[in-house]
Formats: sequence, structure tokens, C-alpha cells
Amino acid sequence: MIAIERSLDTPRWQRIALPVVSLVIAAIIAGIVLVLSGHNPISTYQQIYAASFTSPGALTSTFVYATPLLFTGLAVAIAFRMRVWNIGGEGQLYAGAVAASGVGLALGSWPQPLLIVMMMLGGVAAGALWALIPGLLRAYLRTNEILTSLMLNYVAGFGMYFLIYDSDSFWRDLTTATARVFPTGKTLLPAATWPGFVFGSFTLPFGFVAGVVLALFLLALFRLTRFGFEMRVMGDSPSAANYAGMRTRRTIVAVMALSGALAGFGGASQIGDFGHVLDPRGLEQAQYGYTGIVVAALALYNPLAVVIVAILIGALTNAGFALEGPSFPAGLVGTMEGIILFSVLGGEFLGRYRIRIGRTPQRAPIVGDDSGSLTVDS
Amino acid sequence: MNSSIAVAIAVSAIAYGTPLVLAGLGELLTERSGVLNLGVEGMMLMGAVTAFYTSQTLHGPGSAVLVVAVVAAGLAGAVMSLIHAFLAITVRVNQIVSGLALTIFAGVIGLSSYVGQIWNIGGQHGLHQLSKIDLLGLSGLPVVGPIVFNQDAFVYFSWILVVVVSYYLFRTRIGLYLRAVGESPRSADAMGINVTTYRYVHTIIGGALAGFGGAYFTLAIAPIWTDGLTAGAGWIAIALVIFAFWRPDLLLVGAYLFGALSSLGFTLQANGVQLPSEFFSALPYVMTVVVLAGASTTLARRRIGTPAALGVPYVREEG
Repeated sequence: MIAIERSLDTPRWQRIALPVVSLVIAAIIAGIVLVLSGHNPISTYQQIYAASFTSPGALTSTFVYATPLLFTGLAVAIAFRMRVWNIGGEGQLYAGAVAASGVGLALGSWPQPLLIVMMMLGGVAAGALWALIPGLLRAYLRTNEILTSLMLNYVAGFGMYFLIYDSDSFWRDLTTATARVFPTGKTLLPAATWPGFVFGSFTLPFGFVAGVVLALFLLALFRLTRFGFEMRVMGDSPSAANYAGMRTRRTIVAVMALSGALAGFGGASQIGDFGHVLDPRGLEQAQYGYTGIVVAALALYNPLAVVIVAILIGALTNAGFALEGPSFPAGLVGTMEGIILFSVLGGEFLGRYRIRIGRTPQRAPIVGDDSGSLTVDS
Repeated sequence: MNSSIAVAIAVSAIAYGTPLVLAGLGELLTERSGVLNLGVEGMMLMGAVTAFYTSQTLHGPGSAVLVVAVVAAGLAGAVMSLIHAFLAITVRVNQIVSGLALTIFAGVIGLSSYVGQIWNIGGQHGLHQLSKIDLLGLSGLPVVGPIVFNQDAFVYFSWILVVVVSYYLFRTRIGLYLRAVGESPRSADAMGINVTTYRYVHTIIGGALAGFGGAYFTLAIAPIWTDGLTAGAGWIAIALVIFAFWRPDLLLVGAYLFGALSSLGFTLQANGVQLPSEFFSALPYVMTVVVLAGASTTLARRRIGTPAALGVPYVREEG
């Protein structure tokens, strides 16, 4: 007989092969789309590669995009792994940026190390608080957090616009006549700039290093602590977690706050590492929060893999912005990201099931497996 | 508030609510079959861009062009939903991530923006726009005239659709089977209902209706194309399905309430009310959160609505 059945575990090589194959498939399908629309895929990919890695300053700007994606990718990875569907990374990043720029402006006279720590704390706290709204609603009212967290992205976006474009807020520059007509945010003092690590022509942002440290911390949290164990059980089998008497509500709230805190850190890094000013339009166009979903899924929700994937997707995003213009198709980046996601999802299925011929089928596991695959709450 | 402002709000509530009715009905049918499609925003954008391109390039009498444009938008939405249907029903992947993938793929930085640039329609002014139809010559009536009897064909279509879908779901055998597939696919399968076919068909119908909803933006609300012009309407449509407890009649009410909220800012500002524009812009999104929280307590208390198998792939061999 021929049967499709669940395999009990995912071999390690598959966890590496799957994302690689997905990227190749995405490149092929996007290549077909490019040909159909009259572009030369080879030269387009060459352009992307050059703009991401080899042209002068390209690698530095790839890391400018990789840094926020590292944070939003981690935020999505830990939430989705626990089946807490936080789509609000975008708004939580905005909240973090607003808080960090506020702190940076208010405490500009403080000594630099202290000021930087305060900016980080501000961003983390604001992101966590913004995520607590959908988190508490989900935990205590069972309100669908996908929709609430997403709606709050728009609310945070309008809030940011209000601060800069439609009010005389603390964040807005009102010192010159030009700034009154063309609204911009106040620029932070140099002391509030996070120091990057310079290697010749390449600058590694401070935030990226902090993100790598956080990824290691998250891995340790998952593997070594009781909290991490509870989160893993909840992710794999919510009913088992319930039977074991785990406090699922508290864990949901904690996961949501942690996820929001990571995205908020990304927002603080936007201010401290790169922008040094609250720029609603720039943050909104970048779509880091949503792209974090792509990063996390391609990394199969593994925090360390998020670091590498963030660089890859950061490169693609960087190329998209650098090459923007009449000869480079707008929307190619999102289209490719969508295809990457579809391929990863399809590949995960192939990894989870195998076709068996001519032997009695093995019994399928009753609860979910531990391969990092996800199924919806039932 | 005098009656002319009230009428103006009602009229624009219908204008802004109509795409929500169309896309919401589509998602409602999809979810009733047990498939959760979070790609509505992406499907709407593909519908919007396809409809606008078709209406700009086709030559012929205006009404014929508009009909073709709407059909093309429906096809675009249906093709997009087919990707999700294949992944969710056949490959049985996580439906939440697959739907998000569809929104990223087709959405504001994805394929809809891509084809918008290829077709070079950004910045063009629309050549065709849905016009109001004076139904039965009654548009002159006070209050109800402009609200009920002076709408475009798409609005009348959406009203008919609400009735048809309600009848289909609750009064026909196929509708009963559909609900069975969404509640308990195993029992439905045992009854000889083809679960896979039901899910595919209703996911694709959902996509087509989302495409129609998108078309309403570019053919009726504002005849232009800009990236991401639906601005989250697809997500509000998904929220409305929950708010309406998966019932078409309540969906219509909810859609118009949100339509009213979306247009409230313009109407009040036109009448001299001074408040920051961001306040009004954020209002529909804030209200969605509030309404969802309210609906979830009702759902929990009365245990109604949610199709039991929503988001759960059906595997005959397992379980």
C-alpha cells in the first residue's frame, strides 16, 4: 500500500535544506514573473546582489535593514512558536521608537552610557505595553489577537503622525520657520547616538550586536528555564499544558509582552542607531514589523537562525529601496517574500509527512510534534 | 445634528461600507467551510488594481467596460485565493501563516504594487466610474431617497448578495452541508459530502468577492490607483465576520457602522468640527478592537458562531 503519513521527527538536515530550497524556489518563480513582465531576471538578481553586498557601502546599508528585521523577526519567532499570533510588531516598533526618541530628547544631558540604556528601556517598555493590550484581551476575553494586534499597528501609526504632523508635541521641531511649514521631528543630541562597530568601510550597528545577544538569551530561555519549558509545551500542545496545570493565561500575557518588548527594542534602535529623529513616514514605508513574519517563518522560528535570515532579508529589502525606480519593479521584494513564505510552508509539509510504500503504516502521534511546525488552536 | 448631516453620513457609510460587505461576505463563506483566509487585504488590492487597469485600457461603452473590470477583479481575487486554498486544504499548512503570506505576496509591497507599476496606471485619472442609479425614480424622496434609491449598481448587488447568501446558508441543502463541513468535517465526510470540494469552492468564492470589494475602491470610491489604497479594509472585513457571528445580515449592519466611522471625519470636518484628522482616521481601527473584545465576551458566554473546525485542516486518515 501507499500512504502519506506524519513522520515523528524532522531530521536536522531538513531544517537547513528547507529554507535554502525555499529561497531557490522563490528566485525561480520570481524570475518567471520578471520574464513575463519584460525584465531580465539574471541582470535584476545581479543588481540585487550588488546593491546588497558588493557595491561601496552596500554591506553597511544591508545591516541598516537587517537590524530592525532581527528584532521584529525575533518578536514574531517567539510569539508564533507559542501559537500567540502577534501581528503587531509594526505598531510595537513604532511605540518603541516614540518612547526612545522621547527619552533621548528629554535626557539629552545625561552621560552617554546611561542615556543609551534609558532609551533602550524606554523602547522595550513601550513595545511591551502596546503588546499587552492584545495580550490581555486574548488571555482574559479570548479576543482574537491577530486582528487586535494588527489594528493597533494603524492606531500607533496615526499616533506617530499626530505627534509630528498635527500637533506642537515634544517630539516635533518647532525652532525654525521651515520646520513649522514642513513638519519634522527634533533631532537627538550626538550623545544619544548608539556607537557602531567600525571595521574599515563597514559599520556594524550596535543594535545588531544587541539583537544577537538577545537571540542567544532567548535560546537559553527556551532550553534551560521552567518558563521556556512551559512555553514549549503550550506551543506544542495547549491541551497538555492545561492538563499539567500550567497557567496558560499568564504565559500568553508574558509571551506577548516579551514579543512586544523585542519589537520595541527594534524601534529604539531605529532612533539610536540610525534615524536620530522620529520619522513616521520612513518607519511606515519600511514595513519592518510585517517583514519580521517572513524572517521568522524562514528561520523556522529558531532565534539563532533569525540572525542569519535577518541579514538575507535585510539584503533583499535594502536592494528594494536602493534600486527603487522606473527600471526596477516596485513590489518585487514583497512578491518574492510572499513566494518564500509559500515555499517554506509547503516544504514544512513535505518535511512533516513522508510517503511510505508497502509496509504497515506507523502510528501518527496524538499530540503535535516538536519540529517547530505550527497548527492552529482547535 | 440636523437631518442633512445624518443623511450625508448614511450615504457615505454605505459607500465606505460596501467593500466591507462584499469582502466580508466572501470571508464569511470561506470561514463557514472551515477555512480561515487572512489574505483578504491582498486579494482586495489585487482586485482593485486589476479593475482599474481593465477600466483604463478597455474601449467600449462605459457600463460594459465596468462589468468586464468587475469580473476581472473577481478573477484576480479568485486566483489569489486559489494559492491559499491549495496550501490550506491540500497541503494542509498552517492557515494563519499562509493567509499572512498571501497578504504579503499580493499586498502593498507585493504583487499589486508590482503590476500597478508594470501597467503604469499610478497617477492616472479614472476614465470610468460607477454612477448612481435613480431606482424607480424615487431618489427625490426625503431621507430615504438618497440613502435607498440613489445608489450605484454595486450597492444594490451587495444587498441582493446579503439576501442570497443568507438564504443559501440557512435555507438550502448545500448551505446546510457547507455548515456541516465547517462544524464537523468528519461527520460531513461520513455523510458523503466532499469536504475538499466544498472548501475549495467557498475559498475561491471568498477570493472573488474580496476582488469585487477591491474593485469598489477603484471604480466607485475614488477612481485612482495608489499602492495599498485599501488601508486595512481587508482586515476590518475579517473582524466584521467575527463581530457578525458569521451571519450575513449582521455583517451588513456592522459594515455600515464601520463605513460611518470611516467617513465620520470627513463629514464632521466639512461641517466645521475641529479635531486632529488622525483622531478620526484611527477611530475605525480603535473601534474594531473594542468591538472584537465585546464580541468575544458574547461568543464565550453564548457559545455561538465560530465554525468549530475553523482553521483546522481535514485529514481523513488521521484523528
